Amino acid sequence: METIQSDVVIVGAGGAGLRAAIALAEADPKLRIALLSKVYPMRSHTCAAEGGAAGVVKGDDSLDLHFDDTVGGGDWLCDQDAVEFFINEAPRELTRLEHWGCPWSRESTGAVGVRPFGGMKIMRTWFAADKTGFHLLHTLFQTSLKYPSIRRFDEVFTTDLLVADGRIQGCCALEMRSGAMLQFQAPAVILCTGGAGRVFPFTTNGAIKTGDGMALAYRAGVPLKDMEFVQYHPTGLPGTGILLTEGCRGEGGVLRNKNGDRYLKDYGMGPETPLGEPVLKTMELGPRDRLSQAFWHEQQKGNTVPTKWGDCVYLDMRHLGEQKINERLPFVRDLAKSYVGVDMVSEQVPIRPVVHYMMGGIHTDIHAATPLPGLFAAGECACVSINGANRLGSNSLTELLVFGRRAAESAAAYVNSDAPPIDTAAADRQAAEAEARIHALFDRADGGETLAGIRTAMTDTMETGAGIYRDEALLTDTANTLAALRRRQGGIALKDKSKVFNTELTQVLELACMLEVAETVAVSGLARKESRGSHQRLDYVDRNDSDYLRHSMAYSQGEEAPRIDYLDVVITKSRPGVRDYSGAKS
Amino acid sequence: MSQRQITFEVLRYNPEADSAPWIQTYSVPCEEEWVILDAINYIKDHLDSTLSYRWSCHMAVCGSCGMTVNGEPTLSCKAFLRDYKGSKIRVEPLTHFPVERDLVVVLDDFMEKLQSVKPYLMPKTEKPVEEGEYKQTPRQLKNYKQYTMCINCMLCYAACPQYALNPEFIGPAALALTHRYNLDSRDAGRSERQEVVAQHEGVWECSFVGACSEVCPKDVDPAGAIQQMKIASTVDWHLEHLMPWRRK
Amino acid sequence: MSRNPYMRVVPKTTWYLRNGRYLRYMAREVTCIFIGLYAIILTMGLVRLAQGPDAWNRYIAGMAEPVALVFHLVALGFACYHAMGWFNVTPKAMRIPKGDGFVPDKTIIGVHYGIWGGVSLVLLILMGVL
Repeated sequence: METIQSDVVIVGAGGAGLRAAIALAEADPKLRIALLSKVYPMRSHTCAAEGGAAGVVKGDDSLDLHFDDTVGGGDWLCDQDAVEFFINEAPRELTRLEHWGCPWSRESTGAVGVRPFGGMKIMRTWFAADKTGFHLLHTLFQTSLKYPSIRRFDEVFTTDLLVADGRIQGCCALEMRSGAMLQFQAPAVILCTGGAGRVFPFTTNGAIKTGDGMALAYRAGVPLKDMEFVQYHPTGLPGTGILLTEGCRGEGGVLRNKNGDRYLKDYGMGPETPLGEPVLKTMELGPRDRLSQAFWHEQQKGNTVPTKWGDCVYLDMRHLGEQKINERLPFVRDLAKSYVGVDMVSEQVPIRPVVHYMMGGIHTDIHAATPLPGLFAAGECACVSINGANRLGSNSLTELLVFGRRAAESAAAYVNSDAPPIDTAAADRQAAEAEARIHALFDRADGGETLAGIRTAMTDTMETGAGIYRDEALLTDTANTLAALRRRQGGIALKDKSKVFNTELTQVLELACMLEVAETVAVSGLARKESRGSHQRLDYVDRNDSDYLRHSMAYSQGEEAPRIDYLDVVITKSRPGVRDYSGAKS
Repeated sequence: MSQRQITFEVLRYNPEADSAPWIQTYSVPCEEEWVILDAINYIKDHLDSTLSYRWSCHMAVCGSCGMTVNGEPTLSCKAFLRDYKGSKIRVEPLTHFPVERDLVVVLDDFMEKLQSVKPYLMPKTEKPVEEGEYKQTPRQLKNYKQYTMCINCMLCYAACPQYALNPEFIGPAALALTHRYNLDSRDAGRSERQEVVAQHEGVWECSFVGACSEVCPKDVDPAGAIQQMKIASTVDWHLEHLMPWRRK
Repeated sequence: MSRNPYMRVVPKTTWYLRNGRYLRYMAREVTCIFIGLYAIILTMGLVRLAQGPDAWNRYIAGMAEPVALVFHLVALGFACYHAMGWFNVTPKAMRIPKGDGFVPDKTIIGVHYGIWGGVSLVLLILMGVL
């Protein structure tokens, strides 16, 4: 097996991974950086983010206001020290990206423009039309080509973390084009593998978002934090789940039920605002959890529109006019036209809530370090936590940058001071075991199970039991089903015996990751007997700060369901209060 | 929802078993609103799990799923079955690239070429982050914006006959990105990029077939970018040779 | 090493037969031959003129032969096709900023046709045809 010696290995080359790689290369050109990704960097799902990235930059804004919006939006489950750090760093990171060439949309003066976003009291969302994530990713990727010390390993699927003496020793990965296993020996590993939206059937997430990094850390003993918090984006295209950015509502789009009513006014987000004059933090500019929950209630009342893709409501953009839509939202106009055959200039677009983002993830501290020495994490796969129980739109792109860089700096400091030398014998042994385990997958007996069958059973039970509203019975059933599916997956026999670009093999590996991650969602949700942010229990409808102002921590117990523990939320200056999106002056 | 039975003729190549690619047919019950990729996914999930291909976002932005559909370079997640009449569709890997396996092609060549054109901002003077952003008016943004939209899906290389005849050609997407940075009001790196652009394998290998722009799913218009660069290079040459006093 | 990427062969001489797009391109390129041929004929005319009145008259008579007329018609057709092919792609090479956008393609193409028409008109007037 080929062994590659590095100082820092980064797993995942989306926004966070690329930002980390650049930060490492800039911090110390002598550092040997290995950047691993199961796809080419520009395929990473960061490219699908549309609306923008939040950062305080305008005169009418302040760091405190961004802090309040973020913490309140997260239903006070955010770690406030992390939020403060994040908000302080945000403008600098966004400006740095501008210096690297990101084509931010501009004001007529040439200054960077900002747009309104849900749950934000002030306009502070930087945007590049409606392809912000795409431009951010490509800017980072192209900028990364400047640095010779970043050695890229594209289409290399990380299968195992190497851990010995209680610390990271590197990782093991499958080179997809050859089928060969590679061993990376390094004192530090940064996981930037993104979320796991694919555990649900209806998601904005691309096929690659299968929670691989979360599962790697989890198996290595690192807890997954706040996994029960899954964000539904209120405006997904039915059928495909394609995202229509929150920017649609930021620019003035409104939601209507089948009677044409702006129903959000009935769910504590009114009074109704005049058409074409969106009011910040009110009605359609409320937070995503509230909007998605309002849809559920409308559905219960029979106010949704039945379509061939299921129940929908309408996103009405007609009053914005063609010119504004073409300037600000050309991509989503094209998407709606192509995939549901509706031109938003003249027609209402059918939409429904769609799984979009995992607030939870690999437990890290404010330095992006996990409890396992040498292991760091950033981006959607991590939980710092700045998003709490509900992320505000446009905080996550900024989070990639701020904590991607933070993880790199922490890793560089660790490598340069604390890290003892690699235990090569232990690493070699573990790598050999990992390789043997992969090879053994080829010889597995056919237990009559299929990949698609188990995957569909997983996504179905997640939607049924761990959706927008949950209860004890539903979650229990889902947790049990997932436990059974975890056992049953051993009965999938590989029909593809080839080494070269064997996507059946990688899908089997991804499925194992997804099942473990899904189980932590269900079991953490079962344990949290309250309703907070995106986690809504029909049997515990109120927030319960005395018992659950705490992060849930899911620890792997091997084949068994996870053990759930709790960690207190860090509160620096904002005591839990009422989330007010009624348009009242705060 | 109405269904349509379509026969997919898919190119298969397993380097460990096959000496040359061959065509396998699958009969797929297709929903009317499907794209080509949905049908390929159906094959993978229900008919033949050994089929290899790339895909991710299913919304025409990650650039993974470029394939040749009925002879035309196509982004398979944005190719709607409603636009294909008849009962047969042929799906092959992108042309002009080596086939790694089935519908997966080798992209090393493009990745090297992309790096060679220095596709990153090289400002005249580095401005400290603390001093804020570089100013850029909407007009200046518009000058290069179109060329930032490239998703690296490689359809343009698959369409370009010059790339097929001379694989040394830098090619449409990489040159369009070069042009993107050259046109950016914040950039001063054009002369550094000229080394690659102005060589024979740069813009001059392009004979303006225009196929790249016709197949581009993002309207980047690489053909236009290349012609504009030819003009700029020509102007450079004349200024340098006819007005030697202008030389630095 | 289990890899063995397969390179499909591109026919070096018949590649342009693969699709209509390449054929149209070849047609645009190949039609320039007729413009070249016509230039040779014109040059020959100059040579004949220099050789004296007899040579010139023979040349003029030759040009009136049906074969020569047919050739001229064909050459004119191909020259037009060639010119129009190029006119239609000029907007790609000419991006002229105007207001918030660019001068529309149709305008650029239209101006080309306009100039072509204008020059032709002036020539025809100078030649006394009109």
